[in-house]
Order: sequence, then C-alpha cells, then structure tokens
Amino acid sequence: MATIASSTDMGSAQEARPTRTPAFEKRLAKRYRSERTFKFLGQAAIVFSVSVLIFLLGNMLFNGIGGFQRAELAVPIDLPASGVTGDEVSLTAPSAAQTLEMQGLPDVVEFYAVEALGEQGAEQISRDAWRDVADALSADPTLIYRTQTFQLPASSDLAAGLDGEGSPEIQALAKQLAQEGKLGENWDWGFLSRSDATSPQQVGIWGALKGSILTMIVTLLLAFPIGVLAALYLEEYAPKNRWTDLIEVSINNLAAVPSIIFGLLGLAVFLAAFPSFRSAPLIGGMTLALMTMPVIVISGRNAIKAVPPSIRDGALAVGASPIQVVFHHVLPLALPGMLTGTIIGMARALGETAPLLMIGMRAFVATPPDSFTAPATVLPVQIFLWSDEIDRGFVERTSAAIIVLLLFLLLMNGLAIYLRNRFEKTW
Amino acid sequence: MSPITLIIIAIGLGLAGWLAGRAKAWSFQKATPDARPVARPIYHAWYVAVWVVIPVLAFVALWSFIAPQLVTQSVLASAGAQELPSFGFERDAWLAEAQAVAKGQAPGVFNDGAQALVEPFREAINRYNWIGVALIVVIAFGGGAFAFVRIRPDFRARTSVERTVMIVLLLASLVAILTTFGIFASLVFETVRFFSMISPGDFLFGTFWSPDPMSNPDNPDGTRYGAIPLFWGTIFIGAIIAMIVAIPLGLMSAIYLTQYANPKLRAWVKPALEILAGVPTVVYGYFAALTVAPAIRDAALALGVTNASTESALAAGIVMGVMIIPFVSSMADDSIAAVPSAMRDGSYAMGATKSETIRRVLFPAALPGIVAGIMLAVSRAIGETMIVVMAASTAANLSANPLERMTTVTVQIVKMLTGEGSFDHPATLSAFALGFVLFLVTLALNFIALRVVKRFREAYE
Repeated sequence: MATIASSTDMGSAQEARPTRTPAFEKRLAKRYRSERTFKFLGQAAIVFSVSVLIFLLGNMLFNGIGGFQRAELAVPIDLPASGVTGDEVSLTAPSAAQTLEMQGLPDVVEFYAVEALGEQGAEQISRDAWRDVADALSADPTLIYRTQTFQLPASSDLAAGLDGEGSPEIQALAKQLAQEGKLGENWDWGFLSRSDATSPQQVGIWGALKGSILTMIVTLLLAFPIGVLAALYLEEYAPKNRWTDLIEVSINNLAAVPSIIFGLLGLAVFLAAFPSFRSAPLIGGMTLALMTMPVIVISGRNAIKAVPPSIRDGALAVGASPIQVVFHHVLPLALPGMLTGTIIGMARALGETAPLLMIGMRAFVATPPDSFTAPATVLPVQIFLWSDEIDRGFVERTSAAIIVLLLFLLLMNGLAIYLRNRFEKTW
Repeated sequence: MSPITLIIIAIGLGLAGWLAGRAKAWSFQKATPDARPVARPIYHAWYVAVWVVIPVLAFVALWSFIAPQLVTQSVLASAGAQELPSFGFERDAWLAEAQAVAKGQAPGVFNDGAQALVEPFREAINRYNWIGVALIVVIAFGGGAFAFVRIRPDFRARTSVERTVMIVLLLASLVAILTTFGIFASLVFETVRFFSMISPGDFLFGTFWSPDPMSNPDNPDGTRYGAIPLFWGTIFIGAIIAMIVAIPLGLMSAIYLTQYANPKLRAWVKPALEILAGVPTVVYGYFAALTVAPAIRDAALALGVTNASTESALAAGIVMGVMIIPFVSSMADDSIAAVPSAMRDGSYAMGATKSETIRRVLFPAALPGIVAGIMLAVSRAIGETMIVVMAASTAANLSANPLERMTTVTVQIVKMLTGEGSFDHPATLSAFALGFVLFLVTLALNFIALRVVKRFREAYE
C-alpha cells in the first residue's frame, strides 16, 4: 500500500499530465474497496475458525463440568447400632465388601435411607449404594465406631429430576429433597477412579484411561525404536536404489492411509494370528504402532536432516566408523526433534478411535484391565460408546470424558512444544 | 511363564555375557598394555551379548508358540482327561477353565468335570516352564561360549557388531514395506473372497445397498450389494460439502495469516488452528451429532423443509470441513511461502495492491501446490470415520439433497464389522471390498498430489 500511496503523490505533483482523472480516481477507489473486502474476508475466515474452536471447547467444558458432579442423597447411618461389625483387618481385606454384604449392610443402608428420606426418597437411592458405604469403610475403618452421614448416589431418574427433566412427580420429589438439603450435586471424584457401568451415576473413566495407557505403552515400545532406526537407515545409510525408493514410497503412503484401513489390517492379520486377544491392549497397541511409525519416521528424518554435515565429517575425520558417527553424534543431536515427532504421533494415536473399533475394543468392560492381554477399552472408544447411550445422564459424562481426553492431548502437545523450544538448535 | 519374563531373563543373560566379554577383553589389555587391540573392550562385550540375546529371543518367540500346545498335549495324555467330552465346544470350555484355574487367573471351575484337569495342567505348566528356562540357559550359554572363545586381541569385534546393527536398521525400515504389503494382501484376499460371492459388476455399478447379514450366505442376493449410493454419499459429504466449507476458510485464513496478520496475531492464531487440527475425530463426531445436527434440522424446519433429518449429510459435512480447515490452511501456507519473493516484489513495484498481488500473482503461482493440498484434504476427508459414524446415517440414499440422510463407505465398514455377522458372510466381507476401494482411491489421490507438489517445488528451486 505504501508504494501505491507514494506513486499517487508523485502523480498529483505533476500537474501537467492529468493522471488523476475522475475515471482513475474511480478505479482507484474500487481497487481500494476490493482490497478492504479481501482483507475483511481473510479476517472473517480467521474469526470463524477461532470461534468454532472456542465454541467447541466451551461447549464441552460447559457440559463436562456437570459430568464431574453427580446427584447424591445425604443419609446418616448409625453404624455402631446397626449390627455391622468389623475391625481394621477385616475391613481393609480384599473381601471386605463380601463380608459386609453378608452382615446385611445393604439392608442397613436401606433402613437408614427410609428413615432419612422417607419411603419415596429411599426408592431413589441406587441399588448398589451400599458399595459406596463399604468402600468408605475400607478406606477408613474407624468409621464403624461413629455415626456418619454418607453421600450416596441417587438413581438416574432422580438425577434427571433435579435437572428439571422426567415426570412431574419425580421433579417434585427432587425439589422437595433438595430444599431439605438432602439432595445435591456434589463433586464426584470417583468418576476418575471407577470404570464403565450401566448407570450414568455409577460410571467412571479409570478403566478406559488405563486401557489407553496400556495401549499407548505398547504403541510406544514398538513404534519408537522401529521408527527411529528406520529413519536412521533411510537418512544415513540407505543406498540409492529401487528398494530404498520402495521403502520411501510405502512410508509416505502409510502416513496418508485412512486410519480405518489399519483397523482392517489389524482385524485380518493380528486378530487372525491371536484370536484369543480380542480387544486386548496388545493388539490395539500393535495396530496403532503401525499407524504411528510412519509419522515418527518422517519427523525423525527431518530431525536428522537438520544435523549439519560438518558434524559427520568431523567425526569421520578423526576415525569414527559410520555406525559410530551416527550413534555417537548424529542420533543424540537429532533425538529432541525425533522425540517431538514421536509425542505428536502418540497424541494422534491416543485420540484414534476407528481402527480400535475394528479390532473389537468396543466391548463393555466394567473392570480396569490388569494386563496387556486383558479385554480393555480406550478413552476415545469409551466416549463413542457413551455418546450412543440413550440415558440423558450420559451426555454430561461423555463431555467430562472428552475433557479428560483433551487434557491429556494438551499435556502431550505442550510437552512436544516445550521440547522443541528447549532443545531445538539452529546451526 | 509369560513371554515378558522370558525376555527379561534373556536380557539378564545378555548382560552377564556383556560383562564376561568385557572382562576377557580387559584382561588382554592388562596382559600386554603396549599392544593395540583391534577393537575396544566394549565391542567385545557387545559381541558376546549379541550372541547371547539374539538366539535366546528367537527361541522365546518359537517357544511361546510351542509351549501351550505341549502343555495341552500332556494334559490330554493324563488320567484326568479320560472324562473329557470328546468333541466340540464343551471340551474347549473345560480345557480353558482348568487352564485358567491352574494359572491362578480364576478362583475355581464352573464345570465339575474340569476340576480333574486342574492338577495335570498345573503340573504340565510347571514342567514346561522349567524346560523352557533350562533350554534358554543352554542356548544362552552355547551362544555366549561360542562368542567368548572367539574373543582374541586380534579379533575384529567392532566390524562384526556393526554388521549386526546394520541388519537391525535394515529390518526396521523393512517394516514399512511389510505393513504396506500386509494391508494390500489382506484387503485383496478378502475382496477376492467377496467377489467370488457377489459379482464385481453388481458391487461397483449397483444402486441399491442393503446387505442382510442374517441372510443365507450360500445364496447371496447380488442386487443388495450396489455400492454406488455409498460412493456418492462419501463424495457428497467428504469431497463436496466438507470442501465447500474447508477450501474458502482454509485458503483465506492462510492468506491472511501469511500476508496481512502482524507477527503477534500470527503467534496466537497459528497454535489455535493447530489445536483445531489436534482435536480427536471422536470429539468432532460428538459435537456434530449432539450440537450441529439438531441445530441444522431445527433451522431447516423453521425454513419450512419438512423432510430434514437429524442425521443429515450437511451436519457431518460441515463439521468435517471444520476439521479439515487447518489442514488446507497449512498446505496453502506452504505453497504460498514457496513462491519466490521476487515475484511478489515485482508485482508491488508495478503498483498493484496487496490483494491484487495475492490474487493475480501469488495465487496462480502457488496453484499447483494448493490443488495438491486440496487433493490430500479430500483423501483425508473421505477416509475420515468417526464424524460420519456418529453424525451421518447408516441408510444408503442416492440423493443430492444435503438435508437428507446419507451414508459413506467408512460408516458401512464399521457397521459391517462391528455387527454379529460371520466372517464367511458376503455382508461382512463387503467391508473389505469397500476398504480396498477406499485404499486405492486415497492412494491414487496421495500419489498424484505428492507428484504435483514435487514438480511444483522443483519449478521454483
């Protein structure tokens, strides 16, 4: 714009030749107008994209906050008078829940619930509420000598009633209990430590999260070494021939193949080879490793390319062998860049859903997986499964799970950016 | 014993070999300090370690396949196995139960008959564990001894170790070829099976898609396997609606960010676009299904369109377009940055405004790169799965109305393979045929796009 402005100034200085005719002025105004329109379009595109992002994240956050809470009923239980007994040893034993059930804890809980909430209110305590009491006793055995008010999960009907949904009777009941201070939305930290369940009041994401972690460990252990070694070979040693070209073409293509195709591969090859490991983190991790490896190879090659040749020449000049040059000098210098690429690839794998659906990681898994071969599900698949649930309570839970997933992705990407800024060298 | 334990044993033995090799090489150096050994002690150490670990790992891989079979065989030969049902499902269930109890994975057996097998199983597992460990030790010792004997001051241990490293590097890079081959082979294999039941003509040119996984697989109805509506739905959602959203927005934001925005704004907006690109597709799918689709239907109803669906192609397409924006933007960014600045300066020198320079000089010069970027974006959009699985319909429909339900290739792949269908049924196999078509199309798009980008870069270098 500056150049144009000065040229018109010069034009007006030379009065002899009338460059600034009315027609010219008109054209100029039109050109400036289109310039402004164009710039405005650019701004609009940016504003739209950013506002979609803000809307998306805000929407998830807004819904998700509710997902970290749950409607709970306050029930005071006089445990010393209840006839339930136990000591530190029996209450912290793994079979504590069974022992307590045999001593009639469910009936005790129901009795005090009726006492505190009335018949109608007690019906709205979820059936497994005594388990929460049992868990609290395991965590703190001294509770057995005291009268304690327990916050027990309400049924999902009552929870919906509290949100102003459902039948008028249940809404009235919820309103009444809430006014008496017996029903309220409490922070539900158990959401982070429980697993999948059939009722939105009882679900948690620890099972899916643990599945994700196990799957990611397998992916990392397979994709990182293979990716780094392949990148070193292709960049440093590979002779220029048809085989090398074939490897390069396959890596570039694999990086662009839709992820669902990797799921088909996992189904047809891995599951055919290990049919008993259906929906195991091992198979999921192997499938995702194949998907992540090309990403690591490509970013790794760029990191290796950035190491200046003078380093190699210097090492060769003092008598290092080609392997020593690479493993003593090039690899340490390229490693931060490779790690950045790896973390980004892993973040992509963590958010991936479709290939894992193909290999059966969509089962209902109510206990956290305890090994690489146990049936498991992962966070994104859990989100997908919950989003299919009809119960309204799952909407908030799904958003809460999405927040957890996004937090992990943010953490990983933040780490990648930190590594890039901290270790990146410009030669 | 799990393979992980065996691998840890292998590594431990390798470490022992490593230390032994180094000690021997050191002793040479101590004996004749003046002589220069051919390789440093550490390479001798690695040489021994390699000879221990690689044979042991090969054995572990083999053993983890053989051992379970040996265990089962010896259990079947035991006295408790006489009670076993002779064939079929029940027999397998008993065996599996007894094995789980013997391994300590299950507290007790469900079928009483399996109880007799627990003890033989426990014995056999125990026995073969010991045999496995003993064999590992023997192999490790053999390999280690072979390598250990060869360590001499004039032995070229480094060359030998480096040769192994080279082979490992080569094997790692061959994994890529193996994967490509694996994808290709598995897709082709299953597709050929599918085409032996349904004729390719029916599949590629039929216009009615409604496979019935419960029908008799021996006599499939080829007219229900016409994939044209799926191809159309995929193109309509991924290549038309999504691109109508993504191309203008992505291009304009790239142009604004590279040509107009000051560095401060750029430093904020670029990461924001990267976040948009990093959001998992399942989150987009949830957003599309829960927020965008109902909004679009309500808007359509308000405008007087009565047949609007909550699973409209428009919702899935728009959200997919938003997902692709950062991708188009970064591709356009690269192509515009690759145009030599002399061209831009020349245009300014002629008195052109900024937008005129962009539209008449930069854009045409960057066009091949941008087109290639759009092709890559299309290939990504048609292979995208979760958004359409969650927001689009499963009902095939050949229509040009974006408010109607439509389905895509990826939706059908997921639907066919997550159902209860058997693996020999054409409905299940059709997923592989669809996957094969998808694979070929994305491959072709990528191949052409990368070629164009390469040639375009060469033109300005």
